[in-house]
This record gives sequence, structure tokens and C-alpha cells, in this order.
Amino acid sequence: MSTVSALAGVVVKELYRRKDFYVLFVLTALVTVLMGSMNFFHDKNIAGFLKEGCLWLIWISALVIAIVTTARQIPAECENRTIFPLLAKPVTRNQVVLGKFAGCWLATGIALVIFYVFFTIVAGTRENHWPVVSYLQALWLQWMMLAIVIALALLGSIVFAAPSSNSTICFVVVLGILLIGGHLDQVALRQPEPLRSIVYALYFLMPHLEWYDVRQFVFFEQGTVSWRACGLATLYAWLYSGMLLLAAWIVFRRKALNQ
Amino acid sequence: MDCVPTKGFESVSRLRPYLLLALLAALCISVATYLQPQASAWSQRGQDSMIKVLLGDGRRLLANHLFTKADIYFHSGYYPTIFDSAEPPRESHMSGHQHEAEEHEENEDFMGKPRNWVDAFGRNFKITHHTHLEQGREREMLPWLKLSAEMDPHLIDTYTVAGYWLANHLHKIPEAEDFLRQGLRENPNSYEILFALGRIYHNNYHDAPRARNVWELALKRWRERESSKKEPDKFGLEEIVVNLGRLEEDQGNLLAAIHYLEEAKKVSPVPQTIQKQIDELKRKLEPNPQASR
Repeated sequence: MSTVSALAGVVVKELYRRKDFYVLFVLTALVTVLMGSMNFFHDKNIAGFLKEGCLWLIWISALVIAIVTTARQIPAECENRTIFPLLAKPVTRNQVVLGKFAGCWLATGIALVIFYVFFTIVAGTRENHWPVVSYLQALWLQWMMLAIVIALALLGSIVFAAPSSNSTICFVVVLGILLIGGHLDQVALRQPEPLRSIVYALYFLMPHLEWYDVRQFVFFEQGTVSWRACGLATLYAWLYSGMLLLAAWIVFRRKALNQ
Repeated sequence: MDCVPTKGFESVSRLRPYLLLALLAALCISVATYLQPQASAWSQRGQDSMIKVLLGDGRRLLANHLFTKADIYFHSGYYPTIFDSAEPPRESHMSGHQHEAEEHEENEDFMGKPRNWVDAFGRNFKITHHTHLEQGREREMLPWLKLSAEMDPHLIDTYTVAGYWLANHLHKIPEAEDFLRQGLRENPNSYEILFALGRIYHNNYHDAPRARNVWELALKRWRERESSKKEPDKFGLEEIVVNLGRLEEDQGNLLAAIHYLEEAKKVSPVPQTIQKQIDELKRKLEPNPQASR
């Protein structure tokens, strides 16, 4: 366990040493402040527009941080040949996979907390009320979703040759699921056989990331999602991440590193 | 660099780089003065923003999307997607028309029963209750309407809907008037905007002569644009003439009021109701026999 946490610590340190997070945070803050300075019919209490814009930027930034940070972890170790002394410690390959996953997930979580603190301050100062529980739930569910995304990117980093191709494929898959994943069964019904069965099977097999997007509850002020559903979604995210990590370990175990 | 003779660098005059810089700066300014009028011509009237130039006609698509976004806000997120069987309303509920409000079911369910366990569980994370913005929260629609008008200044509904909510629910009468006037500048032949403007003069400013002038102009514009069409906007005409009739009745011009109501009767879906109003006015016009004695 200490090996895994040591590996995770290195990844977290990497996040705050690199400029990715700072650039994305400054960009998010800048665009949000610009949106906040817009005047709509001299009404200073309009908050939905600002909240939606800020949350949209947070989602994009978090996805970029999660996928880009994860995609380069193992390929960078292989390219720099640091994977060999690492595995000679002795650190097992499953510890490497787990450590990298934990580090990326924790680093993304820290980034999310900073983003949401900024969001809470911006929304609170505009609306003069603080639905913190709703924001915490949105943060938690987003973090759970990112666990699946990170596990997927980690598996991709072992399967695909370059981090760039892995990142692109991950972005396409994740955005595809977020945009049409929940409606894929309706799409399947309009297809001829055997495409219908394939799309329908895909609908049940793919990770339903769209469940974790509860931004509408935040900017339409519709309260919170039921805690039971929240707990079940958390369990689903852990199970899915576990499955993807297992697949990553199986592939990584057989992978030749001296190529 | 070893093969490059160092003397060559020494022979360069110290002034030369500065002169080159000055020359480049002069060139930049010259090109800018040449391009600036052309850039103004590209932007049609020299006043359009860079976004308008870059997006071109694509702005209209974006404007429609932003208008729909305002409608989504009005329904607090409960809105059908392109995958759902129910179609979005042809006329937005935001427009605040009475007949729409009556037809509009509060418990309308476009989602239907869950299709499978994924859909059933996923509904925990979606808004599944049909509510409308109220108690001043209607203001949340305004940014989308304003941006929609920026993207497509010829989308009439944007002005009339924003004007309605600003004037009737948010009590921002000057802002509503300004926005409708902005719409009128962009669409001088719009009877819809003129009608909405007249409603503000009549209902909010209680300025009957001004309201009459604006509504009469709206009627003129309606006749110019709609009378030759196969399917004219009868509802628009009814709104104008009924309101003109009421205004004339309030002002004591009963003959003019009857004239407008007669016109409204031709296009109204409930002509009997209008006829009753006409009969009422005619009775008022008849000389009172007791008074003549």
C-alpha cells in the first residue's frame, strides 16, 4: 500500500509542477470573470448564465487534466527508461498501474476542489445564497466519473502507441458517451439488424458517464440527487474503474518494455 | 557560426536595425490603413463585431439554439432532446400568450415510462419535474435572449418574448422599451414588435395616444405583409385589433371600437364572444329614451 501511495505522490507532485492545471484554471477564471462582467438589462442578480458557463469550463478543464495527465504516465516512464529502476525496486506491475491510477485520480480531485471553491465563491457572491450540499454532490459525482475516465486512459496508454493518439481516442469516446450515451438505445431501435443488436449491446456495456453530469441540478437550482442513487452511481464507478484497471494490469503484465 | 566572418557583422551600421524597424512599422501602418476600410466593408455596415463576420449566416443557427436555451431555462431544464419522441413546442411557452398557457399541461410527460433499467436509474440524475421559472427568477432567461438577438437581429420572437417578461414580470419597463426599440430598428416592418411596444405604452405607461399610434402602425404593417399571404397570421391581427378596440372603448370612441371589433370577429376563433362585445357597445351608442324625456 505504501508503494502505491508513494507512486501516487509522485504523480500529484507532477501535477503541481506542470503548467497544465494553472493555465486551465486561469483561463476558466478569466472567462468566468468576463462573463460575469457582461451586462444584461442592468440586472446584477442573473446567475444561471454565469454558473452554466463556469461549470462547462470546469468540466472541460477536468477532462483535459484527467486524460492528458493519465495518458502520458506509463509512456513517459518507458520512454525515459525510468520504468526499469522502478520495477527493480521491487515494485510489481500491478502496483505501478494502481499507483498511477491513484495519483492521477487524486491529482484530478485536488484540481476539482480548487475549481469548485472558485465556482462556489463566484456563484455565492452573485446569488447571495450557498447551496453547498448541491455543489459537493456535483463535485463528488464528477470525481467518480473521472475515475472511470482515468482508468480508461490508463488502459489506453498501455494499448496505444503514443499518448497523443490515446488522448484523442479517450476524448472522442468520453464526449460521445456524454452526448449520446443515454440515448443509444433509442438510436439502436431505428437501425436494421444486426446493427441494432450491436448498438443495443454497446448501450448496456459502455460506462454511463452521463449519469454523473448533474450540472442541471446546480444551475436550475433543483436541489440534490437522491443519496441512494448517488451511492449506487459511486459503486458503479468503482466497479467499472476496477474492471478497466484489471484489464490494464493484464495487458501491462504481458507488455514488453524494452522496445 | 565559426565559418561566418565576424567582420561582416562589425561592418553593419548601428542605425540600420532601427531604420529597418521604422520601415517595418511604417509598412504595418500603411497596410492597416489600406485594410481597415475593406474590413469595414466585409462587416456589411462597418459596425458588426468580429463574431458576426466570422460566423456569417451560421449565427442564425446559433441564435435559434440560444432562443431554445432560454425556453429550456423557462422550463427549469425539463425539455425534450432531439432523441425524445415529443417535439419542442412550435411556439415557445415563454411568449406568455393566454391560449398557450391554457393548453400547456403542467404535468406534461414527454419522457414516458423508463425504457430499461439504465434509463430508469439515469432519471435520478435528470430533471423530471415540469416547473416554470417564477418569483423573479424569470430573469435567468434574459442573457440567452439578449445573446440570441446579438446573433440574429432579425429573430422577432427574441424581442417580443424578452419585452414581455421584462415589462410584465420583472418590472423593467425602460429596459423592455429599449430592447423593443432596438428590435424595431433592426426590423422596421415588424408588426409583432410594434404591437409589443404599444402594449408597454398602454399597460405600463398608460399613454393611450402613443399606444394608439403604435398599434395603428402595427395594423398597417400587418396589412402590408400578411394580407396577401395564403395563410396570414390571424392571431397577430386579432391581438392588434382587439387591443385597439379596447383602447378606443376606454377613450369613449365607441364607433371606432365597434369598427375594430368587427375586424377582429372575422379572424377570431370565437366570433360569438366578439359579437357580444359589439352588441354591448351598440347598446351604449343607442340614445337613452329616459334621458331624452
